Amino acid sequence: MSEKVEITLTINGRDHAIRIEPRRTLADAIRDDCGQTGTHIGCEHGVCGACTVLVDGAPVRACLMFAVQAAGKPIETVEGLADGDKLHPLQQAFIEHHGLQCGFCTPGFLMLAAGVLKREPDISDDDLLDVLASNLCRCTGYQNIIKAVRAAAAELRAQ
Amino acid sequence: MTAAAKVTKGSGTTWVGRSIRRVEDPALVTGRGRFTGDLPAALFVRFVRSPVAAGRILRVDAPKGAQVITAADLKAVQPIRPMLHKFNYVPVAQPVLADGVVRYVGEPIAAVLAATDEQAEDLADLVTAEIDETPALVDARGALAADAPRLHAEAPSNVVVEGRVKTQNFDAVRAGAHRTIAVEARSRRQNAMPMEPRCAHAAFDAATERVTLTCSTQMPHLMRTAIADLIGMPESELRVIAPDVGGGFGQKMSLAGEYVVLTWLARKLRTSLAWNEDRRENLMACFHSRDQSIMLEGAFDTDGKLLALSADVLANVGAYSCFPTTCAVEPLMAMAEMPGPYDVRDYACVARGVVTNTCPMAPYRGVSRPVITFALERLMDKAAKALGLDPLDIRRRNLIKRFPYTSATGLIFDEATYVETMETAVTAIDVPAFRARQAKARAQGRYLGLGFATFSERTGYGTPAFAARGMEITPGWETVEISMDPSGYVEARIGASPHGQGLRTTLAQIVADEVGTTPDRVKIVHGDTDRTPYGFGTFASRSLVIGGGAALLAARKIRGKLTKIAGQLLEASEHDIVLEAGQAKVAGTDRTLPLTTLARAAYHQAHRFGADIGPGLNEAATYDPAGTFSNACHVAMVEVDIETGGVTIEKFVVAEDAGRLINPMIVDGQIHGGVAQGIANALYEEIIYDETGNILTTSLADYLPPTAHEIPPIEIHHLETLTEASVTKAKGLGEGGAIGAPAAVVNAINDALAPFNVSIDEMPATPLRIRAALRQAKEHRA
Repeated sequence: MSEKVEITLTINGRDHAIRIEPRRTLADAIRDDCGQTGTHIGCEHGVCGACTVLVDGAPVRACLMFAVQAAGKPIETVEGLADGDKLHPLQQAFIEHHGLQCGFCTPGFLMLAAGVLKREPDISDDDLLDVLASNLCRCTGYQNIIKAVRAAAAELRAQ
Repeated sequence: MTAAAKVTKGSGTTWVGRSIRRVEDPALVTGRGRFTGDLPAALFVRFVRSPVAAGRILRVDAPKGAQVITAADLKAVQPIRPMLHKFNYVPVAQPVLADGVVRYVGEPIAAVLAATDEQAEDLADLVTAEIDETPALVDARGALAADAPRLHAEAPSNVVVEGRVKTQNFDAVRAGAHRTIAVEARSRRQNAMPMEPRCAHAAFDAATERVTLTCSTQMPHLMRTAIADLIGMPESELRVIAPDVGGGFGQKMSLAGEYVVLTWLARKLRTSLAWNEDRRENLMACFHSRDQSIMLEGAFDTDGKLLALSADVLANVGAYSCFPTTCAVEPLMAMAEMPGPYDVRDYACVARGVVTNTCPMAPYRGVSRPVITFALERLMDKAAKALGLDPLDIRRRNLIKRFPYTSATGLIFDEATYVETMETAVTAIDVPAFRARQAKARAQGRYLGLGFATFSERTGYGTPAFAARGMEITPGWETVEISMDPSGYVEARIGASPHGQGLRTTLAQIVADEVGTTPDRVKIVHGDTDRTPYGFGTFASRSLVIGGGAALLAARKIRGKLTKIAGQLLEASEHDIVLEAGQAKVAGTDRTLPLTTLARAAYHQAHRFGADIGPGLNEAATYDPAGTFSNACHVAMVEVDIETGGVTIEKFVVAEDAGRLINPMIVDGQIHGGVAQGIANALYEEIIYDETGNILTTSLADYLPPTAHEIPPIEIHHLETLTEASVTKAKGLGEGGAIGAPAAVVNAINDALAPFNVSIDEMPATPLRIRAALRQAKEHRA
């Protein structure tokens, strides 16, 4: 189990050649082996969603996936969300609507919403609430996160 | 509404009162935040924890060659022994690693070291502790029994704190009352559950022989003091950094023994080490909260006026006492603040804390007040019902209306709006319309309910309030140091340590107004003992009131100096100088100078200004206020499904008064978050132990924080009483959301279930408890 394997993770378009144990989770590999610490770890059992990243465009709990399973697939994390200095509409909306306080769960919520809005730009408010209920936040009481994502969805549709 | 809300002050007003966006956010939304767990380390630490609630450690076995630390290695490290000098407090000692005895499931027994987190975890699994199990004590009432097991030799009765208060006329007034009404209110145990569990990174610097401890904490300076004391090292050799902290809510103000071990190891091994608590450890072994029972009895006259109130408060404080507040904080706060927002002249209270074989307790947002508000508000509803009064009328008759008001326990209430906030909420809800809808729904077999909670939130209190508790460590004041550099930019350094409250934004607003600049030119530095003056931290709804007050006073000194310099340079009286929008201006003229010119002159042309001005722009101020009271009324509108016991919150209204709003956006965010945690307290979250002291809720599949589905939109109404008790006029409100919501929600459930004549007085009001109450009522009728 501890025999290391060599894999390449493609995070935000950049290749990271790493040597890891096959049991290493994608969350740990992204943070510790690839140095992308914007993805946070909150529970390591797939409930809180703080570690949500996009693999092949779809949101996944990076704590429930082995890094080797993501080898060769495009991985998107919060560090890749902005376009250079220009914030993604979701990032801007979280700031505008006070959708974060301590900021620990924020990368997970951003990636969750980014993945869902890409897949389903016209998602209804109710369905969006269902999606956002899959991650936990302890500071905001969710109201401003919901507002922010709805505002960003409208902005993205208008673009 | 108090009209004078957005008044001008200082040199000009522009920034206070505005919902400017937070300076904290750009880094946090782009993944550039810096959290403790992001730091690389040479070694990783994992703690081996007790699998049993009580027992004697016979031996600890580890694989050959493993790096394992136990209590035997830490003989030179003192145990944590928080102290209080009043209220029959019995100090008990908590070794940072269990020393021969374990007292709760999850207590750290050993620390193992390895090159990676995974290897440390593997190694920890191979370390075995042979423990001779002894009977465990789990229940607080059980702890009072004469034959109960004894946890600590120092506390033969298991009672570690006992406060008593009784007004002179209590017995006579109670005896003469028209009617007494009682309620036994109970809040089960919660975990504050910040999204980031605890974590620490200790690094030894061979050049300076110092250790830098980066950790998730709410009080870096007190951590430095406590850890240096326990290890026996000079404080100057320890630097504590609280970088971005992923939520705290009180859980991270108490000293973690694990942080002491990390610091000790870094010094001993002259290396860097990291510990990242996992969620299971956090739920099992990080500080718990609430777990309080209150027997409350009110003596009323025929009009529903509360004449006398008595309370028997029993807090299960867990196996040890937390540093720095001590475990007495819960029962004693209940005793001091029990009458809450109600005018009652006679009061009696016994408040006890007992030790049990459960995880130690620590303050959590609201500290005791969610439970005392719950007890009081259940009492008011029950009394209204018994006396045939409207629940609002009984509150109208009893709320404090004249200020300043001195309570039966001697607390002085400054001006507030107890009645006005309630009436604001009542108007927002449209009670008659609801009652009509409720009646119609009942006829169709649907059960809607409306619940109110009015409360006071004691905030921003300094050393006098803490000293009254007899604390060995008396927190209260904060100091702010401010410098304006030669380019005219301001840096304010503060010992308080925010972790999500947006204090870097709000303090910048306060300082910017005072010195006539813009918030983007004011940088707030916190969370680093090397960079900031000694201070206490962010807790007890105090940072904005006390830290903000100190910032205002320090900025005022800078303003004084700037106006003197401007007066000389502009050849005008300093009293005619106005600072605003980055300029010094002679009032009524068009003569101006940019602040940058004044700042440069202060440093580089100091010879022009005489000794009374002196060179540079560096000032400090300390603020230590007596304290104030915020207040609010929370209203919950719920529907209870009597088949499943499920509760849906339709609507939640908050009418609150926290004085001047520095940044309304941030204020609303604090209320949202607090209410969500209060709803969790009312309906969902419960740490459960079995009778042997084994904890059953160690994952987020068993312990249930609410999601976006469970938290309704929250409608907020603000009143602003501009108190003299706070120099910024801000009263503080970090905890209020969590204080009022539990009572409002459970009162609403009881209102919904009124036709069944049940009384649910225990939180969380889970489907299980609601169904049990309904079944019991049915059997009772049959």
